[in-house]
Amino acid sequence: MKTNPEFFPLTDLASRFVDQLVQCRRLKLGVLEASEHHVLIELPYNKALIGYPETGVIHGGVITTLMDTASGTAVVCSIFDKYKSLELSPTLDLRVDYMKPAEPNKSVYGFAECYKLSSSVAFTRAIAYQDSIDDPIAHAVGSFMRISPDMVGEPFRRALMGEES
Amino acid sequence: MSETGIPSGQLNVKDLVKKANELNDFSHLLEHVPYAQFIGMQVSRFGDELVFQLPAKDDNIGNPTLPALHGGVIAGFMEMSAILQLMVFMQATKVPKVVDFSIDYLRAGHLKDSFAECKITRQGRRVANVSINCWQTNRKALIATARAHFLIE
Repeated sequence: MKTNPEFFPLTDLASRFVDQLVQCRRLKLGVLEASEHHVLIELPYNKALIGYPETGVIHGGVITTLMDTASGTAVVCSIFDKYKSLELSPTLDLRVDYMKPAEPNKSVYGFAECYKLSSSVAFTRAIAYQDSIDDPIAHAVGSFMRISPDMVGEPFRRALMGEES
Repeated sequence: MSETGIPSGQLNVKDLVKKANELNDFSHLLEHVPYAQFIGMQVSRFGDELVFQLPAKDDNIGNPTLPALHGGVIAGFMEMSAILQLMVFMQATKVPKVVDFSIDYLRAGHLKDSFAECKITRQGRRVANVSINCWQTNRKALIATARAHFLIE
């Protein structure tokens, strides 16, 4: 898939954030693009993630993890753009609708946006797809609690900003 | 068997469940699902009840500073629990397919053993509604609650 990370200024920040999450490294999630408006993350196919052995289709839980991660990253980017601060927002709730199974041996892409940032809650929506965003695998809506930037530990803040520790 | 150790072709769900019932061991149902191995979940049966377990595992961490389990892993664990619950109590011939999954996170999931139990709220001919609760140290202090629909055929 062709992307242009240079064009999306928050790609590096989003990438460092996702790389901090252990489970995301295990899933080999890769940030392709991130801006104040959106985040696009790639989930490569991996046989270890199969949920339906008869067909080789990956487990719904993996799609949920992709959606949660993409949505949470969109919130981080949105807050960083608006307030120039880092906040880690825990997920309050997430609903995922599955339209069709993910085709085996192909990456799944998660596109998420934070469409509303209020003083205490961030609202997100996300789409998972393979060939085209107009032919989705799943759709998700979520809400995230905003917490004080002070809750982000100094080592984590440095890691996110790409500063040497 | 393929190179991954996953049986290729048809999986006889009915026979697997029957065998599990006879042996009173449901863990080998999970051995057929790579993702269940990936997160390391287990299951135990107590009489008519199934209790699902997700032992604390570093790979399942999201935020490393707390450290807390990734919300997606908790969701995946709960979804797999619901699938297994349906397979065992419904005499399913196929693995149920998830239609929608809605999770509310109530507390941070710490790096501790997690447990889940499921209730089949309604089982129709084609769709089943399942609610799932997840806790860690205290069953009354849920860390997450979810409801989901599955297609059963």
